[in-house]
Amino acid sequence: MLGTLTLLLSCQLAGELTARLLHLPVPGPVIGMVLLFVGLLVRGGVPEPLQETAGGILRHLSLLFVPAGVGVMAHLNRLEAEALPIAAALLGSTLIGVALTAWVMSVLSRRGPDAETGHGEDAS
Amino acid sequence: MSPDFHEIWVYLSASPLAGLTLTLAAYQAGMWVFERFGRRPALNPVMIAVLLIAATLMVAGIDYRTYFDGAQFVHFLLGPATVALAVPLYRQFQQVRRSAVALLVALLTGSAASALSAVAIAWALGASERTMLSLAPKSVTSPIAMGVSEQIGGLPSLTAVFVILTGIIAASFGTWVLNLVRVTDWRARGFGMGVAAHGIGTARALQVNEVAGAFAGLGMGLNGLVTAILLPVLYRLFFT
Repeated sequence: MLGTLTLLLSCQLAGELTARLLHLPVPGPVIGMVLLFVGLLVRGGVPEPLQETAGGILRHLSLLFVPAGVGVMAHLNRLEAEALPIAAALLGSTLIGVALTAWVMSVLSRRGPDAETGHGEDAS
Repeated sequence: MSPDFHEIWVYLSASPLAGLTLTLAAYQAGMWVFERFGRRPALNPVMIAVLLIAATLMVAGIDYRTYFDGAQFVHFLLGPATVALAVPLYRQFQQVRRSAVALLVALLTGSAASALSAVAIAWALGASERTMLSLAPKSVTSPIAMGVSEQIGGLPSLTAVFVILTGIIAASFGTWVLNLVRVTDWRARGFGMGVAAHGIGTARALQVNEVAGAFAGLGMGLNGLVTAILLPVLYRLFFT
């Protein structure tokens, strides 16, 4: 747990430093993700503790968005004044984005015999 | 107010403890409601938690900045969590490699469509330029979106709100719209959620299916890259 957290933070730190030193427009954590991914490729497997800690953090990923979400308080005036364009833009563009991305991908990728599929019930 | 109570109040509003506890408690309340009423996507735990916290802060007369001093410890974990997405990604690497071309085309289409349709709809309905620019990067994870927003002249904190709302919309209606366009491949379903709705879409996809979750994490990461690079260029083409 402790070792894994150190590993995740080190990757993030290395990512932040890389982004700043090379003036990349990409955020540090994303570069950190790439670094860890390359590390796993080189090592050829996910160590058990990393699997556990990563799983633990990702299970509660949506919790991490709560503090930024509460920032809605600071923008109530603007949200009220432009409620219709904002609501329509968010709803329309999000549904278009999800549907179009998934549709293009499913049309272009021929499904292998082992591909799992899901439809209906509780599919995301 | 008795002097004791006043002292306690001063302590609580100055220490990060209250904001942190409130965040965790509100999220667990949100999870409880979500589980209790049959995991309906419309009862998104993030949305419930945000509403509970905002209501509590307004009633108690605490401003957002004071709350965030405590809650930033949770917010900070977004970084390591983004790094941790390498794990599900690695586990699905064989599948990713097999569908590389499809992923790339879907990524570019979905990324551009999300940003352009948001700006176009807002423009058609008379939104201000500030609002439109803040909307453009709303499909990517908040640290990236806020950085891009600042770069193109939007309001980063407003963008953060749009980012969360986008995630909640996708988590609530993603299943419906994916069934509507008849996409059954878990890889495509997950990728769509990740590209269009970052971490909240990914969290939703992870709840449903591991393959969908891994592709959502991939979509979130890739769209973060693409948006960070392309949006400032598009901005220069359209707005200057």
